[in-house]
Amino acid sequence: MNTADQYLKAIYLAERMADGPAATGELAELLGVSPASVNEMVGKLEERGLVEHEKYKGATLTDEGSDRAREALRNYCIIERFLANVLEVEEFRDEARALESVIDDTVAERLDTIIDRRSECPDCFDAEADACVYLDVEAGSAD
Amino acid sequence: MSLGQRVASDRELTRLLQIGVVLEEVVEARANRHIESMSEEERAALDEEIRDLLEDAAAESADHRARLEELIDDLDADTVGYEEIEALVREHYAATSPEDFDGVLYDQLCNEETAYKFYDDLITAIEEGEAEFGIDRDRVLSTLRRIRAEEEEGVEEVTGIMERRE
Repeated sequence: MNTADQYLKAIYLAERMADGPAATGELAELLGVSPASVNEMVGKLEERGLVEHEKYKGATLTDEGSDRAREALRNYCIIERFLANVLEVEEFRDEARALESVIDDTVAERLDTIIDRRSECPDCFDAEADACVYLDVEAGSAD
Repeated sequence: MSLGQRVASDRELTRLLQIGVVLEEVVEARANRHIESMSEEERAALDEEIRDLLEDAAAESADHRARLEELIDDLDADTVGYEEIEALVREHYAATSPEDFDGVLYDQLCNEETAYKFYDDLITAIEEGEAEFGIDRDRVLSTLRRIRAEEEEGVEEVTGIMERRE
């Protein structure tokens, strides 16, 4: 997943959690980067018509940005489900975050052929818990 | 969340190699399943070129898996059993199976392209990081580069067959 898609996903989740525009500080925390980096990237996404940014309020996804963000979140769900249910990784959230930048969309789609995922995905993703609400988090560890 | 492509630790490297093993297992199991799921008539009609392609794909994936498993073993981690992945492929096959021979070829092309992209991204992520691993970094990279080159040949092979069938 490329950096732009990771930003779009973070904005999507931050908007859902705040029930309004995604604040720069919140995005910086979610992404583990500085507020200056967030502002720079949000500006680029705005130029591409994926985000609208209002000073002192925050970033809001456009329809196109929202579609891309949902696709990125769906792929992230696949990675989390694969780690939790196939590799039985206990710390699947931390590992999904660490690995998402290396896992391409096409790879996620192949992994999707061996996991169970609800048709409503990614609407069942709980932004606060950083995981699908239906994910069996009781999986044991394979390590 | 981690921005940028870098492999930072043995744990991340191991996990990515395990994902590589699973992708190879999916290719192998799906290639075998494509042949198994055909009726007698369909198998009789299956031309030799596609049959060879599927058998070669399964054999090549098994070979790639063995090479990845050697690295995983040297990182003191466990691999992912083929039987487990084969069972998952079987379980989900009905919902994801191709409808005809062209679909089989397209599925095979997706497999090869996905594997190529995966190894390409993994090699870049290792090259761009500075982490020291529990196993020799050059050995990891040379193994992955050889596998990537074979996946590239695989893409060309399937594309060639598809073009001849047009």
